[in-house]
Amino acid sequence: MTKRVYLDNAATTPMLGVVKNTMVKMMEEFGNASSLHFEGRRAQAVVEKARAQVAALIGAQPQEIIFTSGGTEANNLLVGTFWGQRYVTSAIEHPSIHEPVMYSSGKGKRAHFLPVDSGGIVDIDALRDALVFRPGVVSVMLANNEIGVVQNLNQIADLAHPAKARVHTDATQAVGKIPVNVDALGVDYLTLSAHKIGGPQGVGALYVREKSLLKPLLRGGSQELNRRAGTYNTAAIAGFGAAAVAALKTVDGFRDKVQPLTDKLKKGIVKNISNVVVNGDQKNCLPHILNVSFAGAEGESIMLALDEVGIAVSTGSACATGDIRPSRVLTAINADPELAHSSIRFSLGANTTAHDIDFVLTELPLIIERLRQMSTLKMRHSS
Amino acid sequence: MKWAYSDEVAEHFFRPKNVLFEDESLFPHNARGMSGNVICGDQMLMLLHIADDIIEDIRWKTYGCASAIASTSVLSEMVKGMDIFAAAKITPAQIAARLGGLPAHKKHCSVMGDEALLDAINNYLAAAGRELLKKVKKSTPGSCAERSTVVTHGVKPGVAKGKNGSKTGR
Ligand SMILES: Cc1ncc(COP(=O)(O)O)c(C=O)c1O
Repeated sequence: MTKRVYLDNAATTPMLGVVKNTMVKMMEEFGNASSLHFEGRRAQAVVEKARAQVAALIGAQPQEIIFTSGGTEANNLLVGTFWGQRYVTSAIEHPSIHEPVMYSSGKGKRAHFLPVDSGGIVDIDALRDALVFRPGVVSVMLANNEIGVVQNLNQIADLAHPAKARVHTDATQAVGKIPVNVDALGVDYLTLSAHKIGGPQGVGALYVREKSLLKPLLRGGSQELNRRAGTYNTAAIAGFGAAAVAALKTVDGFRDKVQPLTDKLKKGIVKNISNVVVNGDQKNCLPHILNVSFAGAEGESIMLALDEVGIAVSTGSACATGDIRPSRVLTAINADPELAHSSIRFSLGANTTAHDIDFVLTELPLIIERLRQMSTLKMRHSS
Repeated sequence: MKWAYSDEVAEHFFRPKNVLFEDESLFPHNARGMSGNVICGDQMLMLLHIADDIIEDIRWKTYGCASAIASTSVLSEMVKGMDIFAAAKITPAQIAARLGGLPAHKKHCSVMGDEALLDAINNYLAAAGRELLKKVKKSTPGSCAERSTVVTHGVKPGVAKGKNGSKTGR
């Protein structure tokens, strides 16, 4: 295979070597963490060590961490906990918040979806209005997975708490990329996922502040103090712990390392390709996510053409998923569906090099030019 | 490693046949048709040069995903040299079959070249004052094709049919 340039780190990250080694070790030293014998205690020690490591990454206490099968389960667990109460969430949440909220609120009847401005920042006045309805929980993602925009959770929590609402944030994309501390954010619940920080897929956690309500989603076992039944995925949890340790070490330097490359990519695109729109508030953005619409060229086609030359990215185009609607996030920030269909998300990683960016900047303009030449929309967006 | 679609889709996506890269004025044609709309993410333009009811030459443009591009491309190969009445009978299923099959969700939205073709043929017939061919109903309930104006005659398809987007607003 030709050399690959992987710019889809928001989808998943390559597993760190230390994570892999930790997992292999645990697979060799097996055991059920709920058993009282030697093998069980050995596994339990691994789980508890990982719990402390994950807690440390977000400034929490170990007992406030519930291991789950990933960010999706953590989000479902959170939403299920507030079943029967009103929800406040944003218009740009990940489907693993959006869909459960729809399901739990009578197709949205008992939910408020806070609009965002053209940069993707949540409308705080709308939050004030929604709080009048006494919601049980306000769930707003810390950083968005498509456009990388970062919300002011602190301000949201300060408004929600006096109204007796609990505050959750889906920090799946933010953790490891920007400092995340549950006390600084003022949140009661927080979702994170291992595979976005160099850990394994299929494991994540919900942070639940001491004494906060939690209704289990999975019943039938005493694991996680009866809050999440099921034999521990011990190897994955161990890997999650190792990834958390690594992330804690690298998080402060991540922006300095990656932002220059993201800026280089952005500048290069804007300079070399006409009729592009950079999506999302660039002042409040994760350092590694760049979302661009290339008017007149459809996203899935761009993505597959880039893939062919060795570059992995993702798109907000409906065509990539089979939905007839383009990205809900891009629709929320930008009324023009054509631009949503034409969007590409580049998400850089700790291993991305200037050379990688140069390669993208050589290939991308040719691909866009060719797709535009064969596009029916050329007349409107001729370069 | 296996590609996202069939080899035939790959072939027509990466090496599209009869595609028009230039402005449409550079291809002499006497029939023009369009289908799809950009809200759904797919739009096709078909230009035909018809003589004695035979499609002598064809060019197309597509804004759309890989299977939209591939399906228009393969259709253009199928109909070249055909008489217009036979060409108008080609179904999306036949196009998909020539592409070695398409994922189910792709059939609704991306195989619309036949509608652009029919639109072009009807425009040609209309210009000659002849009877128009009927569109065989084929759009799937809930598909983009069903929800929007697809086949239009001579004019660009209606784009703005209300906002098709967010179901999150409240
Ligand atoms: C913002 C956000 N929340 C939740 C998830 C789901 O996490 P997981 O893949 O671990 O289920 C993702 C990842 O796709 C995400 O980006």
